[in-house]
Amino acid sequence: MLQKLLVLISGIIFGLGLTISSMTNPDKVLSFLDVFGSWDPSLIFVMGGAILFTSPLLFFLKKNDNLILANEINLPKKNSIDKSLIIGSLLFGVGWGAVGFCPGPAISSIALLNPYSLIFILSLIAGFYLSNIIKL
Amino acid sequence: MIKIDLINFTPLSSFIGGLLIGLAVIIFFISTGRLVGVSGIANNLLTRSSNRLINALFVLGLILGPLIFMFFSKNPIPFIVTNSIPIIIIGGLLVGIGTKIGSGCTSGHGVSGISRLSIRSIIATMLFICSAIITVLLFSYVGLN
Repeated sequence: MLQKLLVLISGIIFGLGLTISSMTNPDKVLSFLDVFGSWDPSLIFVMGGAILFTSPLLFFLKKNDNLILANEINLPKKNSIDKSLIIGSLLFGVGWGAVGFCPGPAISSIALLNPYSLIFILSLIAGFYLSNIIKL
Repeated sequence: MIKIDLINFTPLSSFIGGLLIGLAVIIFFISTGRLVGVSGIANNLLTRSSNRLINALFVLGLILGPLIFMFFSKNPIPFIVTNSIPIIIIGGLLVGIGTKIGSGCTSGHGVSGISRLSIRSIIATMLFICSAIITVLLFSYVGLN
């Protein structure tokens, strides 16, 4: 029960962070990616703030896993730089640069009841399923 | 030549938002032993029965975040989309396919992965930021944005 409550709170805080930093606004994200136009570097401060906060605490928690409520720590095990990582990331970047939406902000923006968010989310879901037929 | 848009630049609110995102990642890690990656959570919610409630609660929280902000703040949440619907659909498909094949997005690779100093995530993040910058450059060159 505590675990589920904390996960919900974590989602809410994540959504609040995206909202306060205006990452739910595709136009703001596109201004960051428009390096050669009128550049708004704000997104660096969002990622920087998140990494500065997460990195040392994660290091500490991995050493003190008695503080973890779950039975085990489950981190991604892959560490090879393979074709799927490279092609997938490049394709993701093209979609991100085309619209200014990545998955987190797109899901949060459902709250704003804008039809564009819903169209994007449905296409994103279709993309998840389509990826199954792509073999690399 | 790089020109910074000083009118729209919001370093403080962006940094505070970033700290909150970090706090969310840590709370998620303490409660589940896993790191946040929104594309993975969304995909698993749709395709896997394990951890379904956990994934659903996180997604629900993501949507509740802006609603709680609207409840306490008088300022509207800015939201501007300048693209046509076909571009939004193609963009959505590419984000779905790309994050699935590349096992992560801005949160999974860009925040969680870089925070644990994963080389895979550092490379993925550099790649998707570069391809996004090039896409924006090409779009403005052909007048699509």
